[in-house]
This record gives sequence, structure tokens and C-alpha cells, in this order.
Amino acid sequence: MMSMKLQKRILQMIIYTILVITTIAVLYPVIWIITGSMNPGDSLFSTRIIPESLTFDHYIYLFKETDYLLWYKNTLKIAFWNMVLSTILVVTAAYAFSRFRFPGRRQGLMAMLVLQMFPGFMGMIAIYILLLQLNLLDNHWGLILVYAGGSIPFGAWLVKGYFDGLPRSLEEAAKIDGASHVKIFYKIMMPLSKPVLVFIAITNFIGPWMDFIFARLVLRSSENKTLAVGLFEMVTGRGNTEFTTFAAGAVLVAVPITILFFIFQDHLVEGLKAGANKG
Amino acid sequence: MSSLARNSMSEVQQNDPTVTPLQPKKRPLLTRPRKAALLSLLFMGLGQFYNRQFLKGSIFIALEAYLLIFWTVPFQWAMWGLTTLGETPQRREGFEIIPGDHSIFLLIEGLLFFISFLLFLWFYYLNIRDAYKVAVKSEQGIKPNNAKEMLKNIWENGFPYLLLTPSVFFTAFLTMLPLLFGILIAFTNYSAPNHIPPKNLVDWVGFDTFVKLFQMKTWSATFYGVFSWTVIWAILATATTFFLGLIFAVLLNQKEIRFKKFWRSIFILPWAIPQFVSILIMRNIFNGQFGPLNRYLMELGITDSIIPWLSDPLWAKVTLVIVNMWFGFPFWMVLMSGVMTNIDKEMYEAAEVDGASSWQKFWKITLPLVMFSTAPLAIMSFATNFNNFNIIYLMTEGGPVNTNYAYAGSTDILISWIYKLTLDNSQFNIASAVSILIFIVIAIFSIWNFRRTRAFKEEDMMS
Repeated sequence: MMSMKLQKRILQMIIYTILVITTIAVLYPVIWIITGSMNPGDSLFSTRIIPESLTFDHYIYLFKETDYLLWYKNTLKIAFWNMVLSTILVVTAAYAFSRFRFPGRRQGLMAMLVLQMFPGFMGMIAIYILLLQLNLLDNHWGLILVYAGGSIPFGAWLVKGYFDGLPRSLEEAAKIDGASHVKIFYKIMMPLSKPVLVFIAITNFIGPWMDFIFARLVLRSSENKTLAVGLFEMVTGRGNTEFTTFAAGAVLVAVPITILFFIFQDHLVEGLKAGANKG
Repeated sequence: MSSLARNSMSEVQQNDPTVTPLQPKKRPLLTRPRKAALLSLLFMGLGQFYNRQFLKGSIFIALEAYLLIFWTVPFQWAMWGLTTLGETPQRREGFEIIPGDHSIFLLIEGLLFFISFLLFLWFYYLNIRDAYKVAVKSEQGIKPNNAKEMLKNIWENGFPYLLLTPSVFFTAFLTMLPLLFGILIAFTNYSAPNHIPPKNLVDWVGFDTFVKLFQMKTWSATFYGVFSWTVIWAILATATTFFLGLIFAVLLNQKEIRFKKFWRSIFILPWAIPQFVSILIMRNIFNGQFGPLNRYLMELGITDSIIPWLSDPLWAKVTLVIVNMWFGFPFWMVLMSGVMTNIDKEMYEAAEVDGASSWQKFWKITLPLVMFSTAPLAIMSFATNFNNFNIIYLMTEGGPVNTNYAYAGSTDILISWIYKLTLDNSQFNIASAVSILIFIVIAIFSIWNFRRTRAFKEEDMMS
């Protein structure tokens, strides 16, 4: 009896040790970048996790001397409009595929499935030339259009799967009462599908904050850059002498996005699960 | 426009499921429906006129006339461009540069015209079918729709098309057209230094690019090297995060552990922080010369010299896998905890009655159920890791340099190699050939995965 208890105790100790070590591993980079942003000095080498003194100089420098605020504004703008446009496109397409039977439906679904298997890169050259022709290169709207176009195949499949799971009885009742397609869509479908709508909106809002490839392809001038491109160039550009400035910039990006994530955590998990099940 | 023809057709189908009854034996060859179809074949809309659908007929006639008058010459020109990719190269006369044909613009333009032409052909076919079906219907004594009914029909049955129009437009121009173009590039010699417009012309070369990729030593060595690392990377990245996530899900699921919520919220952080930010942070932590990690290790006396985390090919690969574990495990942890809490408690109780140890309960109940419900996601995660550009490029930029490779570094995976080939080195044809190969790999996985899931079967039954 005694040994059983002891065994349990030891097991518990081991588990707690693992948990504590992991906590350190997880938190270390986070704390390091926060204190790093308040370290005196510029370089990576002189940065200490427990600095001798704290300073907000780097934040001030970031706002006054670099285009950081501009990048932030650009990213917010792109993220917001991409969210609006993508959500509208995805939801309308998904609704059509889920609730109507029309010639071309199956082919359309198959086409979307195949399309999302291609690496987005493949179209890069063509997108570049198209935007060049349309005079949308180095233009935020060009980038928003590219993002929105790319979000349709995956998103529409996901939302269609969700719509398929909603009961049709309500709509049919509304149809008998003489409600129009538009009304059914707004009054019945939209409220019922709030979770998946939130998921689509959030992922499309966060997307532009993360994307590096297309942002770098489309946006050319410094005042048009997004945060991902700007910060990357800050770390790689001038040989790590701007590390602390980068740290400050990184903190200011990470905090709002992380908070956003925690608020919508459940939606994101659910959405990803649904995405996996529906292909 | 296209919805117009199709809707009246679909209505015919709905109203009359037995469209083709047995024809009486001695009928003239040219029945009314055939006449209508022939007329529509001759010129769009004529059959509709014959069926006394004047509005529809005049719209169709006007459409074809407009296309014939204004678009025949541009179409011929575009097809010439698509097949030849231009014939006159840029010339220089004295100090003046006389522009020649720009092969790539010709290719895209030709593609646009070709897609539009296919759409038109399809519409033409629908027009013939419509004429035929309406005639059949009127022979059976059903009056064809008049203009007012037609418009009402469009609004009612055309609603899905209305909803889809913006998405189709976006997908066609921003996804499909670029992809088609990307595929076609693989069959040209569009590459630096000798075939870059506007200075030079680009030509169709058939499968030469693929032959080059597999048989020319520099290319094939790079391809096989990068490809094998990509596969290893995708397997390691998926497996490590999957099992680490499983371990933590199990640990946090233990009854004895307290403050579960607290641990969980901490462990979820790597997932919550925007990935590009944390990759860039990691890049600094693992910096060989100035990074804090090496400094700690040396201060603690674990190593004497610096560890080349990112500058040695093998270490760089190890670092990537470790860093990826940091990013990846929270997702699986959250997912698997969810599955575990949903497992029916009665199963465990039944097992306890039978005298199962907690170890047995884990192996026989928990693990199979968790594996079963997360397997599709694991396969998709493999596909994602296969193309995980961000972590590779932001962490190492594909480096360290590998002199045996053409335009690739030691840690480059296929997708980051393509990126370098396209943006830095203008080897467009090779890049496009490689992306076709990536597509094949991803497609095999996705289709296999998709077929297993219920969605596909449901879809089959529904339509």
C-alpha cells in the first residue's frame, strides 16, 4: 500500500517536472523578446534576459524613425478588407453550393478541391504580370484581391460543410411563408452559422499579418510594406544591429494577435477540426 | 447570360422527366426539334426564333454578332501568340530599341482568349440544346416560356449563379488563370539568362524541362537532394509535434494534476503568437555567434565552443525540427484534449470492472480513439509541412550554402527552392516543373484523405 502511494507520488513529481520545464521552454522566448525590447543598447549580443535597466527608447525610435506605424496601418487595412471581402465571397459561394442543386455544381466543387492542392506559389509569376497589367502592383488593393481570391477554395468547402449540417426545415418553412432567397439567407442562415463565420473572418483577418510571400511579391516600396516584410528586413537587413528595435516591433504585433487568438480560441479549434473532416 | 439558357433547360427537365419518348417509326428526318437545333447551330438564336422565343433569340443573335464583328481579329491574333509565343525579337538600331514580341504577355493574353473561347463554345452548345428541348416540349403541346416567364425563371433558378458569380470571377482570374499559366511555363524555356522577355523570345519546348530536371546532373542532384529532405522534414515535423502533443494531452488529462487551466493556457501560447514573429525571435535565439542560447550553454560549461545551430547543415536541420516542435505541439495538444474529454466515461468504467489497469485503459481505449479521430488532420498536417515555406525561409533562408546544389541551400525544401528559383534567379520553367511535381504529391495525399472521410460519400449520395 505504502509503495503504491510512493509510486504515485514519484509519478506526479515527474509529471510536474516535465510541465515546469516545458513552461520554461515556452515562456523563455516570450519573456526574452519582451525584456529584449526594453534593453538598453541595440545589438543582439548585448541583450540580456534580465536587463540592468529598462528603457522605452526602442519603442519611441520605432515610432519616430522608422516606417513602423505606416506598416501597421497598411497591415490593418489589408487585413480588414481581406476579412470583409473573403467572408462575403466564401459565404455566398458556400451557400450556393450547399443549398442549391444546379448544373455545374459537382464540377464546381471538384474544381475547388483540386485548386486548393496547388501550391499558391505556382501562380506567382502570372499574378505578378496580371497585377502589372492592371496597374495594381505595389498597391494594397492588388494584394487584397490576391488574398481574397486565394481564400475561396478552402473556405468555401469548409463553410459548405457547415451549412450542410444545418437543418433545412427552417428554410423550407420560411419558403412556404413566402420569404425570398435573400431574406432566408440573412434571417435564417447567417444567425445559425455564426461560429463558422467567425472562424472564416478571423482566419482571413490574421492571414495578412502572417503572409510574407505575396506581400513581398506585390508590395515594392517601403511606405507600402506590411509588418511581416518590414520586420523580416529589420532582422536580416543590417546584420542584427537593430535587434532591440525589432523586438519592440515584434511585441507590438504579437500582443494584439495573441489576445485575438485567446478570445476566439474555441472557434479556431472547432473550425480547424471541421476543416479536416470536410476535406 | 449562361444561366439564362440553362435555367429554361433545367425547367424542361424538371417538368418532363421523360423527354425522349419512343419516336414513331415513319417520321421525317428533319423533325421540329432537329430543325430548331440545326438552326441554332447555324447561328445562335435562330432556333429560338423558330421556337417563337423572340426576346431570347434576339439576345443570342446580338451576342454572336457582337463577338463575330468585334472579336474575330483579336482572337486570331491571340491564338497566333499562344501557339508561336511571338516571332520578332527585340532589335537594336543604333541607339534605338525596337520592341519585339513579348512572349509572356502573349501567353497570358492567348490563355485569356482561349478560356473565354471555351466558355463561349459551352454556351453555344447550351443554346443548341435549349432550342432542341424547347421544340420537343412545344411538340408535346407545352407552350414555350414567354419573355416575362423567362425573366421570372432566371430570378428564381438563377439565384445560385448570382451568388457564385463573384467567386467564380475571382477564382478564374486570380487562381485558375495563374495556375494554368504556371503549368504551361513548365513546357517552355522561360529562364535566365537566354530566354527572358522583353529582350528575348520564349519558345515551347515540350517536356525538355522535365528531362533537364531529371537528367542534367546539377539539376537532378539538387532535385533529389531537396526532395528527400522535404519528405524527411515533413515526416519529422508532423510526427514530433503529433506525439509531443499527445504526451501533453495525456499529462494534462491526469486526474491528479492540478491547475490544468493554467498549464494549458501557457502551453497554448506558441500557437497563439503570430508565427512569423516567433520564427524571427527563434532565429535570433539560435543565432550562432550572438544568440543567447550559445552564451548560456558556454556559461554553464556545457560546451566549450559555439554550436553552429543555423550554419552547419545537420545542426540547421535539427534546429528546424526542434523549433517546429515548439510551434506545433499546442495545436495537437488542444485537439487531443478535446477528443479525450469527449470519450464516453462508461467505457472506462466498464474496463475498470474488468480489472484493466490505467496503462491498459490508455492503450486500449484512449489511444485508438484519439488516433482515429486525428488521423485525417495528421495527413493534412503532413501536406502542410511539405509546403511549410515560412519556417524554413524565415529561419534559415534555406541556408547554409550547399555548393552541390543549383540555387538551393542545405535546408531548402521544394517550396522555398521554387521561391528562390522564381524570384531571385528567374529559372521560371524549372520552378514550374517542380511545382507540378509538388502538386502531384499533395494531390495524392489529399485525395486519399478525402476519400476516407464521410464528406465525400455524402456528396456522392446527394447529387
